[in-house]
Amino acid sequence: MYKELIQIEDAEVEHLLNDLFEWHGYDFTHYSRASLKRRITRLCSLDKFPSLAEFKYRIKEDKAYLKRFVEEVTVNVTEMFRDPSFYKTLRTEVLQTISAKPFIRIWHAGCSTGEEVYSMAILLKEMNLLQKSLLYATDLNPSVLERARTGLFPLQSMKQYSENYILSGGRKDFSSYYTAHYGQVKFDEALGERMIFSTHNLVSDRSFNEFDLILCRNVLIYFDKDLQDRVLQLFDESLGALGYLALGSKETLKFSVVQSKYKQLNSEKIWRKIVS
Amino acid sequence: MAENRLIKDCKVVVIGGSSGSLEVLLELLPDLPSPMPFVLIVVVHRKNSNDSSLADLFSYKTSLPIQEVEDKDVIEKGHIYLAPADYHLLLEKDGFFSLDDSEKVNYSRPALDVTFESVADVCGRSSVAILLSGANADGTQGLKAIKKAGGVTVAQKPDTAKVPFMPQQAINQGVADWILDIQQIAALIQSL
Repeated sequence: MYKELIQIEDAEVEHLLNDLFEWHGYDFTHYSRASLKRRITRLCSLDKFPSLAEFKYRIKEDKAYLKRFVEEVTVNVTEMFRDPSFYKTLRTEVLQTISAKPFIRIWHAGCSTGEEVYSMAILLKEMNLLQKSLLYATDLNPSVLERARTGLFPLQSMKQYSENYILSGGRKDFSSYYTAHYGQVKFDEALGERMIFSTHNLVSDRSFNEFDLILCRNVLIYFDKDLQDRVLQLFDESLGALGYLALGSKETLKFSVVQSKYKQLNSEKIWRKIVS
Repeated sequence: MAENRLIKDCKVVVIGGSSGSLEVLLELLPDLPSPMPFVLIVVVHRKNSNDSSLADLFSYKTSLPIQEVEDKDVIEKGHIYLAPADYHLLLEKDGFFSLDDSEKVNYSRPALDVTFESVADVCGRSSVAILLSGANADGTQGLKAIKKAGGVTVAQKPDTAKVPFMPQQAINQGVADWILDIQQIAALIQSL
């Protein structure tokens, strides 16, 4: 437990980030330094590199390791129906309002392994909206998207997710949505039919559609304020009139360039675009 | 290395604890100097929940500005900051907080080690870390980082702690500069 972590200096982090961009086109230079430095130090120790130089060489030369680096340095912790009161508000207010549209487009930006997308599909199904909805789920990380596409999730998480689901106002038996086998559960294929998974990098990629609801929860915390502003502008360009933007429970539109165009819904971190 | 405006003019005091630490904090808060010539960060293990009742509870005990941290909040001298439930709390060198919802550390999020290590990295010799009562080993690794960075480390005297395991762990590992009871901790804070 009391392992010695390899010491990485701030300047070395900057060099690594610049090299990474040059070698592979991944741009982490506007990620929050404190978290990123911790993730890099952690991975370097976890994989037992004797020095930073060897770590960098591996990232440069080994494509498989690069994949691991990107997956480990970005944070992919997520759960179904996380913050149940948030999902309750989605159910009772946001989706209720959007249901009046002939067609519903939703974007999960930074969807990681897909837990939120499946949560959303369950809400839509219960409100009889799934058939007229499309759920775009994007992440910069191809390997988490591969997992998300399978609709497979660890069985051990289901107790927690089921509790979250009930707290969010769900009335069904949560286990009716999946079948369990060998420590994993497979969610109902009908839930996945309206999902489109694709890589998209919030740092470098552009708007690709117009949405009624964009969810990007606990992604912006990993970005510095400049990048947060840029991404919020990207969301603003991608939201239709009166569309909704949902952020994580400790994230905010306050102090951002787009703030004046949005109105926050009661106490949740959901904003409605009131000025186009 | 980037010079940090935080550590130029004031100390950063970080207090961490788990079970049995709340009582100590409620005793320490009314004795804080006002205005307070440093930044105070409080990290306690809490149940995964969304409510902000802990900040409310603390605010009854002090007239100093106190808030649960949101992402990219500015770090200001004289303020008390509380790590939110379900996030690790980190400091940025340009004077902001950031939050991180990565894996639990020592079965905890927020983890004391994560914040202590971040304070050590950003504030170095200006950091003061105080480890209170608790039932797991979180905090020891963090104190070690603070000590290494030239800051001051304090462990609550185990026989005054409701659950002595946490401070005892730090003492056993030799990372506590001072072993103090609650009154002595209050006196140390007032002297800063």
